[in-house]
Amino acid sequence: MRYSQKGMSTEENKNAVAAKGWVYLPLLAGWLVPGAGHFLLRKWGRGALIAASIVGMYGLGIAMQGKLYSGAHDILDILGLVGDLGNGLLFVVSRLLGLGADQVQVTTADYGTRFIVVAGLLNVIAAVDAHNLRTGRKS
Amino acid sequence: MFHPSHFAAVVLFALFASVVFGITQRSTPRGMVRYGIYCFVLFVGAAIVLSWLMFLIAR
Repeated sequence: MRYSQKGMSTEENKNAVAAKGWVYLPLLAGWLVPGAGHFLLRKWGRGALIAASIVGMYGLGIAMQGKLYSGAHDILDILGLVGDLGNGLLFVVSRLLGLGADQVQVTTADYGTRFIVVAGLLNVIAAVDAHNLRTGRKS
Repeated sequence: MFHPSHFAAVVLFALFASVVFGITQRSTPRGMVRYGIYCFVLFVGAAIVLSWLMFLIAR
């Protein structure tokens, strides 16, 4: 950094500010709250789009009466539960509020179940992306 | 309650997944948009092609 750029709002200085703090914080925050990992790194646009996509997908899944996996009875249930857990706090709050269906009874509920699982998997991808931004593996 | 048609569900799924794929798999804004559109077209296009294949096989 040139001396004349010290303290200015250059890209280098912004990255230096974003790189402060615990290295796994964006990963954890991004998992718990969709888009939060990118917000911590001041990637406002990316974070907003990720949050809108994942919360939108999850919300539509719930609106379609999708099933929230609660236990692991067989291998497919385990995989579904793992996918659901990727939604972080969305999943926990939904379970506490009793949202989602216990059993799939209509076709759209089956779509909804997949929406919820895939929203969780996309959230994990987004959280890992935030971690890669934090460590400098991605710009 | 929300009851989309199968095709509407495919389009919504493709839209949300493509946005996240575009942002996470590319570094530049231009690359993100291009890759997001590419994924969206592949999602929806594959669904249409497979649907027609299943329709023709089932006849």
